[in-house]
Amino acid sequence: MSPSAWLQETVFWFFGTVLVVSALRVITARHPVHAALFLVLCFFNTAVLWILSGAEFLGLVLILIYVGAVLVLLLFVVMMLDVEVAKLREGFVRYAPLGAVIACLLVFELAYVFWAHALGFHALGHLPRVAAKHDNTRALGTTLYRHDLYPFELAGMILLVGLIAAILLTLRRRPGIRSQDPSRQVQVQARDRVRLVSLPSGRRHSS
Amino acid sequence: MITLTDYLILGAILFAIAVMGLFINRKNLVVLLMCVELMLLAVNLNFVAFSRYLENRTGQIFVFFVLTVAAAESAIGLALLVVVFRHRRSINVQDLDQLKG
Repeated sequence: MSPSAWLQETVFWFFGTVLVVSALRVITARHPVHAALFLVLCFFNTAVLWILSGAEFLGLVLILIYVGAVLVLLLFVVMMLDVEVAKLREGFVRYAPLGAVIACLLVFELAYVFWAHALGFHALGHLPRVAAKHDNTRALGTTLYRHDLYPFELAGMILLVGLIAAILLTLRRRPGIRSQDPSRQVQVQARDRVRLVSLPSGRRHSS
Repeated sequence: MITLTDYLILGAILFAIAVMGLFINRKNLVVLLMCVELMLLAVNLNFVAFSRYLENRTGQIFVFFVLTVAAAESAIGLALLVVVFRHRRSINVQDLDQLKG
């Protein structure tokens, strides 16, 4: 085995192991904040695996956008909620065996599909080498803007809809809150604020 | 050498862990959302591996779109979560029975 292949395999198994362990910690963590932080670790490890398999752009996007935006949003929401963790963990032990059985079943079924040559699916092949000069970002950009332009625009629309929906859902007007209204502040006229009253002068107070 | 099967097995394990998480955290809405994120991650891992194996970029383009939709989904999901928490003061799934489903 060549040194680079050995290095690749080591990196793959190391980060894969950390990925699986941190995924297990996500689902078993006592507090949701810990779960969110382990989810961040999961995403970092997956980004490394993607970069290892030649998808550098997606790996960086996963770290920058997904960890940087989505998971931080998740973390903020989790930290702002004041939840009783103990009540939410009821039934944790009771349902764990069922969950484990179903998970094992899933893994074995999928592994059977991957290994079964009888199904006509030969996935055991080695991954082809990526050329040293291959520019993943350029290739993705070319495909995205040349062939998939309409889906790309549609993805932008989906993000816009998500943005508007999230703002609309969480927007609330609470009565009795003193807040600034810039529009009314700008539109105010002098006569709304100052009232000139002509008082008759020269009269003394009668005591 | 790393084969395609290694990636697929890793993705399968990750997906199974996420499914198990759905079972054992069935009361905590936040952790349920995180498990859905893990599932999407597992599927994306398979897409990237197949993209490399078949030397076809379409898999990576698809991951791009999956990430977009997942971001929108989690934003709306978290907004719903915040609204539910304001109404009920709880994110326990069992308390969400107003629709009598």
